[in-house]
Amino acid sequence: MQNPIHFTALKTIWIKECTRFLRIWVQTLVPPAITMSLYFIIFGSLIGSRIGEMGGVSYMEFIVPGLIMMSVITNAYSNVASSFFSAKFQRNLEEMLVAPVSNITIILGYVGGGVARALLVAIIVTLVSGFFVELSIQNFGMIVITVVLTATLFALGGLLNAMFAKTFDDISIIPTFILTPLTYLGGVFYSITLLPDFWQSVSQFNPIIYMVNGFRYGFIGVSDIAPETALGVLLVFNIGFFVLAWWLLKRGTGTRT
Amino acid sequence: MTNALEIKGLRKTYRGGFEALKGVDLVVQEGDFYALLGPNGAGKSTTIGIISSLVNKTAGDVKVFGFDLDTQINEVKQHIGLVPQEFNFNQFETVLQIVVNQAGYYGVPRDLAKQRAEKYLNQLGLWEKRNDRARTLSGGMKRRLMIARALLHEPKLLILDEPTAGVDIELRRSMWDFLTRINKQGVTIILTTHYLEEAEVLCRNIGIIDKGLIIENTTMKRLLSQLNIETFVLDLAPSEVPPRVTSAEARVIDDHTLEVDVVKSAGLNSVFNELSEQGIKVLSMRNKANRLEELFVTLVEQGRKPKETV
Repeated sequence: MQNPIHFTALKTIWIKECTRFLRIWVQTLVPPAITMSLYFIIFGSLIGSRIGEMGGVSYMEFIVPGLIMMSVITNAYSNVASSFFSAKFQRNLEEMLVAPVSNITIILGYVGGGVARALLVAIIVTLVSGFFVELSIQNFGMIVITVVLTATLFALGGLLNAMFAKTFDDISIIPTFILTPLTYLGGVFYSITLLPDFWQSVSQFNPIIYMVNGFRYGFIGVSDIAPETALGVLLVFNIGFFVLAWWLLKRGTGTRT
Repeated sequence: MTNALEIKGLRKTYRGGFEALKGVDLVVQEGDFYALLGPNGAGKSTTIGIISSLVNKTAGDVKVFGFDLDTQINEVKQHIGLVPQEFNFNQFETVLQIVVNQAGYYGVPRDLAKQRAEKYLNQLGLWEKRNDRARTLSGGMKRRLMIARALLHEPKLLILDEPTAGVDIELRRSMWDFLTRINKQGVTIILTTHYLEEAEVLCRNIGIIDKGLIIENTTMKRLLSQLNIETFVLDLAPSEVPPRVTSAEARVIDDHTLEVDVVKSAGLNSVFNELSEQGIKVLSMRNKANRLEELFVTLVEQGRKPKETV
């Protein structure tokens, strides 16, 4: 009796979330395509041609996986953060809270929406990159697992941010002051082997390094981090964030008085 | 008869120490139309918030149709439909999306949800607006949308927190008709309102909450029989002296109007006698309650009747 209820509720939340980001596609799907095109033109074609090879491939080929991952991270995070916070702010989250929807279902529904947007953006950016470089694929399974786990992780991160947020400013502070610096320092544009030893060690504490390198490994077969380590880190963070989100929702942090 | 709602020793202390509920005991029987009244900040919305699990209780027990809120929360939720005080739907979604999604949260399959949406949106006069975004609806339509949304999973207990706040009298009356109809079909209704005549017209039983405690819990008839004072408005003929009444509480509204609170057992004779002694003539008299309301409805209804043509 309960399982079909939860499945229907999950499907409803997921469809609602996808409808939301598709309804505002000009704000959600077009900007990443434009931004990434600019990155490809400026860093790939113009500057990249002077840099030469990195990791045994052209600079353009080297940065494409990182740029796709950057879009995935940003979109997964902002989708859930803004959608969940808006629902909380406008109080339409109460529609779910008064219904027999389990906390796990709420998390999966919102995160599912964030992952769907992130994957759609990843496909769009990948297609755009096709105009600039011929991408090779070394390990398709690794690409899929890494992108799904990364999108899930940052969707969970967005959810956690939205739970604690009290104003719209609160959901832009973390992306601006934490996420963006970590992404830019996460090996999107360079190999961490180029850094001095000290900064290489510091970089190991940046979780985005693992995602970008795991994803890049799937495309070019080269990575600064062992793929197993990258997947392990992703898995641990995902489990940790999920448990934390579930516990906070159960406690009613930011959702119940 | 089963109890639709049973509350024992319900307490709520908010962070910061404010004690909103100090041990509320309440029983609402199945099929009842129950009014929960009280001044602002009395604890009505907190009580409703706890029943519908939007507010965590500090202590006490809540049972809905025998299901315990602590141990059988999904069953409790499945039986309740909530119409909150504030519009809390997504203003950017269409009417149909809002109600169908709500049904989905209760596990109602999409096809069935669409059938029910047609039924309830039709009954509430919103079917034509089904593809309109919620933000484009008028205030009255938004209120009706809230009711339709709460009914999509066909709950046995409908809780309405000031459902007619800010709604014009004509629409309020049509909502009363609708609520009376679904109550007759077996839905137990708990209503909070600031319009006392609304509670008087609709509800059979009444609870009054104040400062976190139920101070009255009785039938509407019994409560009304306790009403000892009635207010009358007297239209006076022009007079050189201002009216002066000592036998009852009276207020001079303007040169021609006097408002008098009369104790039922005392009657109006003494007031008339005093005015007569002052040489003041009473031209007409009316009971203060609901006069304008009745007049407005009558005028609107008359205005809607098809006019005869020659």
